[in-house]
Amino acid sequence: MESMLDTGNTAWVLTAAAMVLLMIPGLALFYGGMVRAKSVLNMLMMVMTAAFVVMILWVLFGYSMAFGTDIGGLIGDPVEYLGLEGLMVDDPEASLPAMAFVGFQAMFAALTVGLIAGAVADRTKFGAWLFFGAVWAIIVYFPVAHWVWSSGGWIFELGVIDFAGGTAVHINAGAAALALAIVIGRRVGWPKTPMRPQNLTLVMLGAGLLWFGWFGFNAGSALAANNAASVVFVNTFAATAAAALAWLVVEKFRDGHATTLGAASGIVAGLVAITPACASVSPIGAIVIGIIAGALCAIAVGWKYKLGYDDSLDVVGVHLVGGLVGTLLIGFLATEAAPTGVNGLFYGGGVEQLGKQAIGAFAVMFYSLIIAAIIALIIKATRGFRISSDDEVSGIDLAVHAESGYELGDSGGGGHFAGVGQRSLGGE
Amino acid sequence: MKLVTAIIKPFKLEDVKSALESKGIHGLTVTEASGFGRQRGHTEVYRGAEYTVDLVPKVRIEVVVEDSDTEAVVEAIVNAARTGKIGDGKVWVVPIESVVRVRTGESGPDAL
Repeated sequence: MESMLDTGNTAWVLTAAAMVLLMIPGLALFYGGMVRAKSVLNMLMMVMTAAFVVMILWVLFGYSMAFGTDIGGLIGDPVEYLGLEGLMVDDPEASLPAMAFVGFQAMFAALTVGLIAGAVADRTKFGAWLFFGAVWAIIVYFPVAHWVWSSGGWIFELGVIDFAGGTAVHINAGAAALALAIVIGRRVGWPKTPMRPQNLTLVMLGAGLLWFGWFGFNAGSALAANNAASVVFVNTFAATAAAALAWLVVEKFRDGHATTLGAASGIVAGLVAITPACASVSPIGAIVIGIIAGALCAIAVGWKYKLGYDDSLDVVGVHLVGGLVGTLLIGFLATEAAPTGVNGLFYGGGVEQLGKQAIGAFAVMFYSLIIAAIIALIIKATRGFRISSDDEVSGIDLAVHAESGYELGDSGGGGHFAGVGQRSLGGE
Repeated sequence: MKLVTAIIKPFKLEDVKSALESKGIHGLTVTEASGFGRQRGHTEVYRGAEYTVDLVPKVRIEVVVEDSDTEAVVEAIVNAARTGKIGDGKVWVVPIESVVRVRTGESGPDAL
């Protein structure tokens, strides 16, 4: 039998997957630049190591939980593709190899857990973080990915549009971030002590890598090298540019200055908001989504000071709020002319799609919020979730990783070589 | 001998260094410092959160001189560092008991 393999589509999906992988170090740098110099390495490590753990889980049973045969609309059969053993066979009827999709979706899972880390910078026990990430991936991310994207998943079957993960990735991670920030508590000294970003050039570099990778995230979600992917590509940069400009305008009027951090944050807010909607709106619709997301997120990052939760790097203000904006605006701005072929309220489609979008968005938000809070409370009550406040003040990098991010002096700290593998660091 | 310490605006370092060299001073020590006097710091804003930064970057110059040179050196520093605006800095003088040149072991004024 002749192979149905479409090499163009397969090449694009594999390329897009690698682009999404680049978002993980991009996110690490984006976050790492925003923390203080004494905790940059821990932030890089939280993002990167969460990805290591989730990639392994994905191979073992995560893919199967997300995309295995549906059980009751809630979960994929977790043993169907156990270890991915059965997916190696070259299926002549597949236009896209199963493993290409497995790999592409693996990167989404690996990135999503890392997003949460920004809410609990500078103070979280490393082992507890990895344990949380693993449990949250299993109980929350894999099932939610099934609900939203898998045939048979209840949100998918309801007709909710989440093209590339505004709900499954960003609302999901943002809600978990809110729960975690509240359970773990504020950093020592927050909000009175100034906690200035240690390196805004890293933040902008990270935002740039995220933007590049996001074309894989969004346009790759077409799972084909086709017209839909191309429309998505254009919508993705249009919304992003609009959001960054909107964020800067808000800053200029409110604070008197357009800032670099605002530009980098606006980029991410725009990308988050267009993610669910990128195949449902026109390029002008994308610009509208970008403007609303950029302006609203620029305001939302201030809520934590009023409400008193230390979401350190604004995962809630950017990812939860931006995800909600994009997911809900599909209900207004979707147009039949776009690849998903649905009309929203402003295009004569009535409120039906808006209602579906709201159900999907808020169901995922509350599920993630509640389950994340329960997991976090159990960890807090058993093994503890925070490093000691002494370690936090002197810096989590030294306490947890026995490293410093920067060595800028010539005096080498006045120390000496003390041998190999003798646990000589730490000053005990 | 005297230790002359001057806190000045960083961009005035080159002028002060030239002025001291013209007075025959062969060496000095420069440290980046921060602090405040009448001049206060500035405000920075990150995602709408305003932080006041009270400490202003300054440069500290330390130079050891013979007693007879003290007045001329202080005057050279003050003249070279002055802009007439708030935040120009301070200069103070304290007595020094002894100085040793590490390389040769010379001490006293010979070590300067």
